[in-house]
Amino acid sequence: MSTDQLPTRQEVEDLLYKEAALLDEWRLEEWLELLTEDAVYQVPPTDVPEGDARNTLFIIADDAVRIRSRVKQLLGRFAWAENPHSRTRRLITNVRVLGADDGGILVTANFAVHRMRYESVDTYIGRYDYKLARAGGELKIKERRAILDNEALRPHGKISFIL
Amino acid sequence: MEKSAETYIIDDKEAGLFRVNRRVFTDPECLEREQRRIFEKCWIYVGHESEVPHAGDYQSRTVAGRPIILVRGDDGVIRVLLNTCTHRGALVCRQKAGNTKSFQCPYHAWTFDSRGRLTGIPGEDSYGGEFSRDERALAAPAQVDSYRGFVFACYDPAAESLYDYLAGAREYLDLVADQSEVGMKVVAGQQSYSARANWKLLVENSYDGYHGLPTHQRYFSFLGDIGIDVRSRNIAAPPHQKPVDLGNGHAVVEYQSAWGRPIAHWVPPFGEHRKAHFEAIRRRFEDRFGKERAWRICETSRNLGIFPNLVINDIMAITIRTFYPVAPDYMEVNAWALAPADEGAEDSALRLDNFLTFLGPGGFATPDDVEMLESCQVGFRNREVEWSDISRGMKREYPTITDELQMRAFWRRWNQLMTEPQIRRARKAA
Repeated sequence: MSTDQLPTRQEVEDLLYKEAALLDEWRLEEWLELLTEDAVYQVPPTDVPEGDARNTLFIIADDAVRIRSRVKQLLGRFAWAENPHSRTRRLITNVRVLGADDGGILVTANFAVHRMRYESVDTYIGRYDYKLARAGGELKIKERRAILDNEALRPHGKISFIL
Repeated sequence: MEKSAETYIIDDKEAGLFRVNRRVFTDPECLEREQRRIFEKCWIYVGHESEVPHAGDYQSRTVAGRPIILVRGDDGVIRVLLNTCTHRGALVCRQKAGNTKSFQCPYHAWTFDSRGRLTGIPGEDSYGGEFSRDERALAAPAQVDSYRGFVFACYDPAAESLYDYLAGAREYLDLVADQSEVGMKVVAGQQSYSARANWKLLVENSYDGYHGLPTHQRYFSFLGDIGIDVRSRNIAAPPHQKPVDLGNGHAVVEYQSAWGRPIAHWVPPFGEHRKAHFEAIRRRFEDRFGKERAWRICETSRNLGIFPNLVINDIMAITIRTFYPVAPDYMEVNAWALAPADEGAEDSALRLDNFLTFLGPGGFATPDDVEMLESCQVGFRNREVEWSDISRGMKREYPTITDELQMRAFWRRWNQLMTEPQIRRARKAA
């Protein structure tokens, strides 16, 4: 892909901000529509942030099947860790369009995701690495990786919502 | 001086009644007593030999609240060193992991070698002639030993050997360690999380067969969705399941599960193309150990609790999980995946994938466990409700894994250590 085919930062920001709003509002079915059919969602472990899920124990390494199952579970009754749902608020900044390779359009952004539940506020801080693809003119998410700066999930305890 | 023991548990075998006083989950004095009577007396898991494979390799971590270094010395011997300079206290190792010839304290540059010996002091001539480097070597726990690659430390010089301490748990560690002919290894990537709950709630939870269906319904629905017949295995039905009291507070539940196991229970989501490979794995175990033991290794899942705070669950993958109380209502948890050191890339990827379907702080099950433990901890604020009930299956001749025999094994040992009279040399000082 040549540089002139890359999306503008504004176009990418529109996508990421829309995604953040859908996730914060628990509109997870609509969020799935932002993903390609084969999309993956990963959270590497805090001690190997640049690891590969094939040989490193991640916190989350969802393929397309597991992403959809995760959404179904979260919208059902029995995902106790999210029933009742957390409140979340995502602040996304420092969006950069880095270029493109065979895997797609490379985008990175910083995040601070606050989760409020049972009177605790836990903040997840880190960086998103995205691979985006154009599908029929629309930008879609092919890969999203949330790389935590937190040294441990303490006191968060878990990533029960979609980070 | 210690206050006299309170009644922590009610253990009435005749009436089939077993109760735990909820103060053990909330009382800071109880935690203080646990530190002295349990964490400073028992063998505590430190790490796995595969985490320091070469001379000079080290891991610095917190074990039983103490910053320690797990290091393989230049002589090839694995040691546990207490990470504090013998001069004035600073950490001599400030990296998480690495390889080194020496640990140099950044404060005054005292230098210790990979065996913990003091090898360098700036301006040593300022000390008198009596100065002994030997006395100022990095300190170590009273005892350090390993079993089948699992390294433990004990702060009590009078404690029994690790081998004796592990008692019946050795057999179950063998069932894990025997899964490779060249040894097991801890996979890269540590799951470091926490729970706003008392540490003993995670002990109970880690081998609790009763909570499986209600707490983890979402996981079993997921299994159904990917084509696993979850009704194919009734985990509560004999003879393919049993809870076992392994002695010294250790316990296990062993059962046939519906989920697939990388070694080696094939299920449809693993793919038809892997079926023959799984059969080959099984045959290899039959050749090595005979049909019965091969069946146990491959076909049964085992949730093992080693007293006080080590869990090794060989279920849809193998996890090592250890945890430690920071406060009565807060624990830190560390978990790893264990795999055959010689496992191929594709098998390893499948194993890690299978691990994440259930386990870990982002899995389809562990977050709900954490939720339940935290929920219990909040419930304990109702101090008027004094007791938790652990009586399930107590009167049954052959308890099932959905009974609570395994928790009772833990609690009886815990209660014994917490209440037995101790000879205290320092009594007159109190």
